[in-house]
Amino acid sequence: MAKNNKPDLKKGEQSWLYSPEVKDHFYNPRNVMGDNEIKTYEADGVGEVGSPACGDVMRMWIKVDSKTRKIIDCKWRTFGCASAIAATSVLSEMAIGMTVDEAKKIKPEDITKKLQGLPKIKLHCSVLGDRALRAAIEDWESKNQ
Amino acid sequence: MKKVYLDNAATTPVRKEVVEAMRPYFNRIYANPSSFHMAGKEASDAVQEARKTIAGIIGARPQEIYFCSGGTESDNMAILGAARFYKRSGNHIITTRIEHHAVLEPIHHLEFSEGFKGTYIGVGENGVVDPREIEKALTSNTILVSVMMANNEVGTIQPIAEIGKIILKWRKKNNTQFPLFHTDACQAAGALDIDVRKLHVDFLTLNGSKIYGPKGAGVLFVREGARIDPLLRGGAQERGLRPGTENVPAIVGLGRALELAQKEREKENARLIRLRDWFAGEILKKVPGTYLNGDSEKRLPNNVNISFLNCEGEALMLYLDAKGIFVSTGSACTSQTLDPSHVLLAMGLPPEAAHGSVRFTLGRETTRDDLKYVLRVLPEIVKKLRDISPTQFEYGKK
Repeated sequence: MAKNNKPDLKKGEQSWLYSPEVKDHFYNPRNVMGDNEIKTYEADGVGEVGSPACGDVMRMWIKVDSKTRKIIDCKWRTFGCASAIAATSVLSEMAIGMTVDEAKKIKPEDITKKLQGLPKIKLHCSVLGDRALRAAIEDWESKNQ
Repeated sequence: MKKVYLDNAATTPVRKEVVEAMRPYFNRIYANPSSFHMAGKEASDAVQEARKTIAGIIGARPQEIYFCSGGTESDNMAILGAARFYKRSGNHIITTRIEHHAVLEPIHHLEFSEGFKGTYIGVGENGVVDPREIEKALTSNTILVSVMMANNEVGTIQPIAEIGKIILKWRKKNNTQFPLFHTDACQAAGALDIDVRKLHVDFLTLNGSKIYGPKGAGVLFVREGARIDPLLRGGAQERGLRPGTENVPAIVGLGRALELAQKEREKENARLIRLRDWFAGEILKKVPGTYLNGDSEKRLPNNVNISFLNCEGEALMLYLDAKGIFVSTGSACTSQTLDPSHVLLAMGLPPEAAHGSVRFTLGRETTRDDLKYVLRVLPEIVKKLRDISPTQFEYGKK
């Protein structure tokens, strides 16, 4: 106990459950689709997975260079817990610069690895991330093939 | 960083007076209360003194108080114990859908493995059980009814005395001693009047860790004449119903904690209710898309449970955590099963509202300044999480 009789947790400033990488992406998410751009963003593909009933919804927007088939931009929004948010954030970083064929091969384990692991019970969050990206790529493919 | 602990329904700190009361019983008065010498007698006296104190506060006789390791054990003792003792008289148990797992799981176990049948009564959207629903579920096979006194998640206060009267009437009409009636009063202790005669209960569960007493200390009140099969077999402690050397410091601490809680109850309740209503009102006013879960009147003085739409509870909890604010959530993501709170679902909340629920439970040490700090950081945190959510739930029902 601290002097003021309030909890004096040694690591109280950070949650104990997650790796530093998860915390970093959770507290400072990258490539979030901003309010200011959501209406004007010209996505080449959009994908959404999950359902509010299970507590996770992820949506991804991608821009694809049709000549090189490279993902040149990737934005996302997630309704979900810390690991769901971190998984989508880190995935957006992984995807940018990849060809769509490479990106489609991203497996949940690749996302988990980049996050330095997830608690077992949270592994499904990373599964949702790669499905959202694949859905966006398939959306692009359906328009371009 | 400022630290604000708003998880007092999970557990409370042990208050100073309680620590002081416990201190001699670790290494000065340490003998086994069962030992037949002066040192043992001294320890035994302390246990009996605590028993008397607790009995006095809940309107029981000392011989009706059984010490055990906490709320979970006490609930298990009552439910498994009564069901097993009276299994020849019936196999039906009535409870509610908003009970603590320490009540639901023993009943599930009895259903799964020991041939019992459970009936789970629902609640209204205010989180309160309708006593008439209990009445309707009673059968000649019902041996036990278990309803919590106050809910741990949404703080709603259940009409225990009313249910108790219905059960008394049923017993008289049918000339039977069944069903017996158990209530888990872990959350109610310290806030409500717990008088077993006024509540008409046969079993009542209490513990130390929610009332500024020690963890690992619990009580089961067993009305004289009601019987239970013990969970543990061993020595003659607690009249054989709970064998094992008594945890003397914890028992002394529990007695002292309940005594202090009782003494300060009215004044502290009034203070907490003022803080609670102001705090809940400010959140609802400052943050759009928020709803108070549970009845606004029939609720514990320290409980504020709010759903933040389009904001997932665990994420919100951890963003608050990073600001030194400690709360809990009914979101699936903090449970081992990945289901959102069974209590909120029983109240009819849509899953997206259950996933976005946060429980703030105030305590003795909570000040208006603490809550002002929460109100300062909360709106921006909610906004940030909503900005990264693709969902746009609306929940116009309330």
